[in-house]
Amino acid sequence: MKYEEILEQLINENSNILVMTAENLSAIRNLSKSVPQNFLDVGIAEMSLVGTAAGLALRGRRPIIHALAPFLLYRAFEFIRTDIGYGNLPVILVGTFTGFLSTGNGPTHQAIEDVGLMCGIPNMNVFAPADIEDLNIGIAEIVKSNKPFYVRFNELPAIVEHSQNFEIGSSEVIRKGKDINILTYGTLFKQSYLAMNKLNEMGYDAGLVNLRTLKPIDEQEIIKLAQNSKLLVTIEDHFIQTGLYSLISNILVHNHINCNVLPFGLNEWFKTSADLSEIIETAGLSEDHIVNKIINTLK
Amino acid sequence: MKELNIQELKDFSFRVRKNILKMSTKGGSYIGSAFSATDLVSYLYTNVLNINLNNLKSPDRDYFFLSKGHAVPVLYGTFIELGWFDEKRLDNYLKTSDYLYWHPNRHIDGVEFHAGSLGHNLAVANGVAIDIKLKAASNKVYILMGDGELNEGSNWEAILTANAYKLDNLTVIVDRNRFQANITTEDLIPIEPIEDKFKAFGWAVKRIDGHNFEEIHSAFSTLPFEQGKPSVIIADTIRGKGIPSIEQQASKWFVNLNQDEYENALIELESNKE
Repeated sequence: MKYEEILEQLINENSNILVMTAENLSAIRNLSKSVPQNFLDVGIAEMSLVGTAAGLALRGRRPIIHALAPFLLYRAFEFIRTDIGYGNLPVILVGTFTGFLSTGNGPTHQAIEDVGLMCGIPNMNVFAPADIEDLNIGIAEIVKSNKPFYVRFNELPAIVEHSQNFEIGSSEVIRKGKDINILTYGTLFKQSYLAMNKLNEMGYDAGLVNLRTLKPIDEQEIIKLAQNSKLLVTIEDHFIQTGLYSLISNILVHNHINCNVLPFGLNEWFKTSADLSEIIETAGLSEDHIVNKIINTLK
Repeated sequence: MKELNIQELKDFSFRVRKNILKMSTKGGSYIGSAFSATDLVSYLYTNVLNINLNNLKSPDRDYFFLSKGHAVPVLYGTFIELGWFDEKRLDNYLKTSDYLYWHPNRHIDGVEFHAGSLGHNLAVANGVAIDIKLKAASNKVYILMGDGELNEGSNWEAILTANAYKLDNLTVIVDRNRFQANITTEDLIPIEPIEDKFKAFGWAVKRIDGHNFEEIHSAFSTLPFEQGKPSVIIADTIRGKGIPSIEQQASKWFVNLNQDEYENALIELESNKE
């Protein structure tokens, strides 16, 4: 099922849901026709989008607002922080083209700081699905939660069958490893999964966790894995200083857990873009880069 | 509440100004901004808005947003006169135990949304007005904005949105007191011709003297100015109106009066009562 079909279904169950956009139709191209009474486009105006959504939420609506993640989150950051966050209003922010999924559009269109920014807003929650199936499994629960949420939109095809059991704050354990456990979210789930398989083929015992929600994060599972792994690995298309590596580090320090953590991600990174596989390669985030660096770390 | 006549309005807004003056001690207030908006806000709450203690949370109420947050004493000063707000609560002013500070907060009954950061509330008001339209309801949305606040680009996004959605249930009142924080608007970022700007963005415009209740009444009684268009009332006002020694004084943007200053200001206010 497509994401927009899921939204249409949710609207049919709950007419308070409004799909909104700042003229970014990529994920919701048909909804203006299929559910016109529940669709609003404010044009290329992200501040207006967020503020209008806040007003609709004050009226008891459940707005799900869409725009390219960097414009939605960075242009309108203070509106998200002050109207949605401080107001604790049930608005769902769907940021599209996160990480470097905007490929040829270059650095203006990259969202590699988004998780840090949204995790830093009180009341805000963050869902970063691994692929389109994971997104579709989670979105209904996110809508039902009636909480402010940032959804890191991701419609890459699924390479595994995800657990239908979705709970906000619970991760999806794909496999538990005895030596190595990889923690990831979003776009690089595929590279993480392939890296895990290679490591297992090479005789290591590697596992993988799809975190699903980064705020709240599955702290209990992370602590268990940290206590039972030789190496934890974090993989993300995001700055490590404010992304998953930082979230994991906080949990480990706070709980006095001594564990080796190897981060994969971005560091002071503004690069012009190419197609997705080339960016992943040059950023050192392909499965081969990941496997080699893990093996070297374990030596 | 029964609509007030002109003299009753003058009496009401005088009492609101007295309340504002009280809030300008023990921590102070942005008195100039509150005083320039006092006659407009008094008129709105007594003669326009369908809001009372019994319908404060009803979806059928009218909505009023105070976007120029610094003017918040005018809101609480009005709520005191309406009997919504116990004057004793002002003892909590600037205490963490309550939500009374230099900007509105919606934990206070009657405040629709928090303000403080300029250029936020118009988009929020648009959202409320859009929902009212989608539900084919007849309640109205009003928002008071500062003239200096119109420097914020987000307002112009929201002004475009209101036009696009033909929000004729929405009225913006611009408190045209001609001051930014410290400098006059025309000396810093000129906003005239302000009526033409709104007209060019698809709004219906009237300009009035924001201290003249006849003119205020005649503007509000003809809303919406045009079917299918959002309305804007440009209200020419005087910052600090009511106390001549504060009026139009750049340095009196914010005051924190000691007891002597408070008593002198009160004498001045009373001797200028209309």
